[in-house]
Amino acid sequence: MTASPTALPDFMALRPVIVGAGPAGVRAAEALVAAGLRPMVIDEAARWGGQIYRQPPDGFQRPKRALYGFEAGKADALHRAMGGILPAVDYRPRSLVWNIEAGALDVTCDGRSETVPFSHLILAPGATDRVLPFPGWTTPGVFTLGGSQVALKFQGCAVGSRVLFLGTGPLLYLVAYQYAKAGAEVAGVLDTARTADQMRAVAGMLRDPATFAKGLYYVGWLRAHGVPMHSGVRPVRVEGDGRVEALVWRRGDREERTVCDAVAFGLGLRPETQLADLAGCRFRFDAMDRAWVPERTAAGRTSITGVYVAGDGAGIAGADAAEMAGERAALALLEDIGHSFDAARAAHLEERLAASARFRRALTDAFPFPADWAASVPDDTLLCRCEEITAGILRQAARDGAAPEINRMKALTRVGMGRCQGRMCGAASAELLAQALGTGPDGVGRLRGQPPVKPLPFSAALTEEEVSS
Amino acid sequence: MIERLDTDVAVVGGGIVGGSAALFLTRMGFKVVLLERDWCGAKASGVNYGGVRRQGRPPEQLPLSQRSHAIWGQLPSLIGIDGEYVRSGHLKLARSEADLESLVAYNRKVAEFGLGLQVFAGAEFRARYPILGDRAVGGSLCPEDGHANPRIVSPAFARAAAKGGAVVREQTPVDYVERSGDRFVLRSGDALEVRARFLLNCSGAWSGRLAESFGESVPLTSAHPCMAVTEPIPRFLDVNIGVEGGGVYGRQVERGNVVIGGGRGFALDADRARPARNAVLTLMGEAVELFPELRHTHVIRTWTGVEGYTPDRNPIIGPSATTPGLFHAFGFSGAGFQIGPAVGEALAELVRDGRTSAPVDAFSITRFAKAEPALGVAASTGH
Repeated sequence: MTASPTALPDFMALRPVIVGAGPAGVRAAEALVAAGLRPMVIDEAARWGGQIYRQPPDGFQRPKRALYGFEAGKADALHRAMGGILPAVDYRPRSLVWNIEAGALDVTCDGRSETVPFSHLILAPGATDRVLPFPGWTTPGVFTLGGSQVALKFQGCAVGSRVLFLGTGPLLYLVAYQYAKAGAEVAGVLDTARTADQMRAVAGMLRDPATFAKGLYYVGWLRAHGVPMHSGVRPVRVEGDGRVEALVWRRGDREERTVCDAVAFGLGLRPETQLADLAGCRFRFDAMDRAWVPERTAAGRTSITGVYVAGDGAGIAGADAAEMAGERAALALLEDIGHSFDAARAAHLEERLAASARFRRALTDAFPFPADWAASVPDDTLLCRCEEITAGILRQAARDGAAPEINRMKALTRVGMGRCQGRMCGAASAELLAQALGTGPDGVGRLRGQPPVKPLPFSAALTEEEVSS
Repeated sequence: MIERLDTDVAVVGGGIVGGSAALFLTRMGFKVVLLERDWCGAKASGVNYGGVRRQGRPPEQLPLSQRSHAIWGQLPSLIGIDGEYVRSGHLKLARSEADLESLVAYNRKVAEFGLGLQVFAGAEFRARYPILGDRAVGGSLCPEDGHANPRIVSPAFARAAAKGGAVVREQTPVDYVERSGDRFVLRSGDALEVRARFLLNCSGAWSGRLAESFGESVPLTSAHPCMAVTEPIPRFLDVNIGVEGGGVYGRQVERGNVVIGGGRGFALDADRARPARNAVLTLMGEAVELFPELRHTHVIRTWTGVEGYTPDRNPIIGPSATTPGLFHAFGFSGAGFQIGPAVGEALAELVRDGRTSAPVDAFSITRFAKAEPALGVAASTGH
């Protein structure tokens, strides 16, 4: 064999694939394109932007300022970034990765399935709301915070005309503010965190004064506009026959009732990790996220060579961090294939990501997870909506000693076995099981992933002829 | 410090065979220690398709299978739950005239066992089963066969044994075993030592190693049948469906989910396997062809397991040829769920009486005496 004197790695023969076109995915794609690669970008949404910078459908006319508020500039920059590189990427919108096997993804689009080989994979699948059940939480009119925000951003509609916001985290105040600005009546903002938590965390949050100031602004604005705000709250029950009519809640021993026609609630976010699981990545328990996340280096490398994670899907860090992590992962990919890359930029990004992680820790202190909630869920409250499993069924199995671990619990009770495959109920099941067994949330194991990541239509298995017939 | 247990019978493997053996032995008054490396009923016994059928088994399995049929009829009194067991009937479909002929031939071959098989074809078949697609030309119904939920049935056997007094240890792999004097000595790391007069090898796909440590090598291979389940849909299928010659099988549970199976997964490691993409897509295609009703539904979950297969697809059941007091029961080749409880009962009889009331001679481990241990993965087999 003779080596050609100009032998350079054939970068164009590589097939880098990015899953997710939110802040992390777009910045990763941008960095790869800048290096002359042509990545494939697969995204479930019809247009890029992710959840936070979700774009309305074609023909919707609301201005970015109204859609994204303070973040309009960032949203616009991200949208433009992707718009600018579109000719240089293989962009696959409305596409769901449902399986990863042997160096290839299985992707459904419009009901058809295609197998897509990859040489390198950057996973940026984002996050969903973390929810815990409470009596009446399945009543029509109860939405997740993220879902309420999507309704506003994507379709320009509110989930109700008098909406009560419940839960904790920065999103709670942001969405309440966005709803009020959009003209909906905000019945109140009920934070499970205590004022004392927030006071204690002020020093840490001042690490990012701009973000902190925005948070203060939302709170101040809501207060100035007469929105009732309470902290240290726990929900008691949703009232309403077939539709939300009120939320009964308590602070300490005092119960109150707030009339509303919709409740938006969420307790922070949970990372979407099934794809990293199917890719074979090693996981570790993250105490701050109270979730299992793929092991990763500061650069975003996982335990599997050629597989990178970035953004909230790698551990909750927010949109700004996601942009940096996406770019950083792309630089790691470039380094790994022997391509030139900007090492100084990589170091700079890592520094900023570390700072952002410190701010995130302060946020966790300010909006702590209500660890006592799981114990207070009544036995007859639905825990797993898909399979209609109550908290009591899980607790009984835990008491029987037959299910000391979450996968065993799933096998014996069906919790997490339905359409959502535990994406919605998994965090709650782990919290309730841990509480029932008296262990921490890290003591009940990790729900194992299986394809399909989301329900797979039978049409995926049919030929074109069979589909149209 | 190592914990030491003295017992009459040590059972290795807490699947449906080991669990029911422990249960029947406990009922006979034996002291039993059951050791399970994972969770009881978490492997092939708990993740199989859930068919509870006699139809299609070779005649030599039918005496045991008939015994099991009677045991399945008393499930609640035995293990405390009904396990979602229903005698829905098992309909084996023919997709060609030749397949229909083999169904008729099978019917004749097993006539003496009184399975009550009924063969339908043509217009009568169509009228009876309008929900089936056009591919099937006829079928053979075993009205008293059915299906159950293996996830809850199989662990319940070991649990019932424990309730009856058996010592059941999960997460306890056996990594050392020897015969010492008139006792078997088993160890799990430096945590547990069990001494027993009798040893039952019921560890499914992992049984080969234990057999080998007593000088009995068996050409056992592992394979991973692929299964999938749909979202719940309105009830349309009230019979457990199989296909002559293998391929695809399906049943609908009370909640409305349709469980389908066919094809193979691949091993992630010795303990775990995952369905292969091609198997999933092929299975879905074949299932829609069989059940047009599925056309606009979704698969919400796929899975597989690790199962031990023998070259002749018959299990190994009975005494060891080298070591008195050792009994084997494994290699069920994807068809152990229905027959499992009767095999457990037969093992208990072997321990107590040295013989069984249902013949197991055809399943002797000696039939592979000259065979070389096979490597790799078993070929596809009918279900």
